[in-house]
Formats: sequence, C-alpha cells, structure tokens
Amino acid sequence: MISEAAFWTLTAALGVGTFLIRFSFLGLFGGRQLPDWALLHLKYVGAAVFPALITPLLLWPDATGGQTDPIRLLAAAAAFVAGVRFGVVPAIVAGMGSLYLLQFITGA
Amino acid sequence: MSPTRAFWRGYLDCAPFILIVVPYSMMFGVVARDAGLDVLQTFAMSAIVIAGASQFTALALLQDQAPVFIALLAALAVNLRMAMYSAALVPHIGHAPLGLRALAAYLMVDQAFAVAVRTYEDEPSMPKPAKVAYYFGCMALICPFWYGSTLAGALLREAIPASWSLDFAVPVCFIALVAPLLRSLPHLAAAFAACAGSIAFAGLPWSLGIFAAALLGIVAGAQTELALKRRQTA
Repeated sequence: MISEAAFWTLTAALGVGTFLIRFSFLGLFGGRQLPDWALLHLKYVGAAVFPALITPLLLWPDATGGQTDPIRLLAAAAAFVAGVRFGVVPAIVAGMGSLYLLQFITGA
Repeated sequence: MSPTRAFWRGYLDCAPFILIVVPYSMMFGVVARDAGLDVLQTFAMSAIVIAGASQFTALALLQDQAPVFIALLAALAVNLRMAMYSAALVPHIGHAPLGLRALAAYLMVDQAFAVAVRTYEDEPSMPKPAKVAYYFGCMALICPFWYGSTLAGALLREAIPASWSLDFAVPVCFIALVAPLLRSLPHLAAAFAACAGSIAFAGLPWSLGIFAAALLGIVAGAQTELALKRRQTA
C-alpha cells in the first residue's frame, strides 16, 4: 500500500523535476549545448534504465510471492520480440495475450 | 505557411499516435489503481507529470516499499532523455516568448517531439511562427488523450478482476518501450549489462541495485559506441 504522504510528495517533486528537465535548454540554460560526453551517455539512459527495472520484476514477481514463473518469462519474451519487430502497442498485446493464453493452457 | 494551418497540420500529423497513447495511458490508470492509488491521485499524477514511463517507474518502486527519494531519483533518471529533446528544440522554437516556452516544456512528450523534429528537418524553410504553432498542434492532440485515457483506465479498474494478472502489465509496458530502442549494438550492450547488473546487485537495499545496474548499462553502451568508432577509424 502506498501512503498518502509518500504519494503526494513524490508526485509534486516528480512534476517539478520533470518540468525542469524539459525546460532545461528551452528556458534555463538559454540554448547552450550539452558537452559531448553527456550526450554520449544520455543516449543510453533508456536502453539501460528499463532493463534494470524489468529484470527483477520478471525474475521475482510479487504476484507469485517472488517465485520465478516460466509463463511470465515466456510472455515477456513474446512482448520483446513483438516490440523489436512491430513497436509499442503490438508488444503490449503480445505480452498480455501470451500470458493469458499460457495461463489458460496450463490451467494456472 | 500560416500559424493556423501549421497548428492543424501538426494536429493531424500526430493522429496515428492516438493508437499508442490511448491504451498506454489507460494501462497506467489501471495499474495505478491496482497499486492502491485512488482515482484523483491517478489522474493528478498523469496531469502533473505527463511522462508515462517515469510514472510507472515511480509507482513500481513505491509499491516495492522503496524510500520516496529513491523512487523519485529513478523516475527522474527515466525522464533525463527529455533534456536532449529540450536542447534539440532550441533552434526551432527557442525564439518564442518565455511563457510559451514554459508551456512547450510542460507539454513535451516523446511521440509528438519525434514528429515535430522530423518535420522541422524535412522542411527547413518553415517560418518560425509556423514551427511554434506546429509544435503546439502536435501536443494539443496527444495531451487530452493522455489525460482522458488515464481517467478512463482508473475508472475501469473497478470492472477488472485480479485473475487478469495486471501486475504483469508493468514489465510488459517497460518491455514495449525499450524493445524498439534496441536497434544498435551499443544499445543492446547497454540493455544486456543492465540486466546482468540488476541480477548481480539484487541484494542491495532500497532498490539501489537498479541504479547501479542502470549506470553500468549506460557506461557499457557509451563504451561500446566508442569502441566501434575506434575500430572504424583504425
């Protein structure tokens, strides 16, 4: 359960922080360029942050009490393949679809 | 091109993205209610932040009992990419008055940004007021759908039983976001190193393992890119 105070603190701070990131070059830094090393590393933020978040959620899901669930791993693999080949929405459809299909087949 | 026409062109050019924004923000509404937020909280988060990936990140960590400040840092890290968008937009809409630029910053979302910058690059002759109008046309289409579908998802949550395994929607959304990014060797290296890191560092408290793993991945991606460049020039 998420406490009321934790939620609003986080949302307010995330709102302000996200706005400052978006406003950074348009407003705060007046059009200055980022240094090359920063641009080089920023490029890989998405590709690194998401897998770091996904891996524990997949390997030790709360819904199974932390037990690795082969059905979820297979469904994740399906979502990944669909995402690489076709994009965002097909990945969501393939992931949830194969989870339901496999749960139905195995009776889990 | 007149600003009015440019606005409506931006609006129409972004129309296909409704297909992505609607299910994605509905999913956020459902997952947030599932995590224990009420309808007002769910809607407020989408309206204040308008950055789905970071909202999912913050929720997942809060639900995992991580301290607020860790959840905040992780969510902000996810949004750092938008500093690049901000920099990329300066040559096109940087001349607009401060108030408009602040509004442009608040409304900045991935898909609309991508469409706007592609159009600016394809048509360098576009007058500057038209560029600003085009940008707001893009955002004017996406943002109402973002708010509305989050609300719809939050309200529909009541009708969805636990047997639907919606907890799984969070990793699936993350996979859906990251998979299309992994189109080059350095991106794959970043993702692989981050996965390996998050297993190796899983024992660290307060979800710090996720940070360590993400940093490892970022450095791995950057180093792979540099190594490839060195090989090309050698």
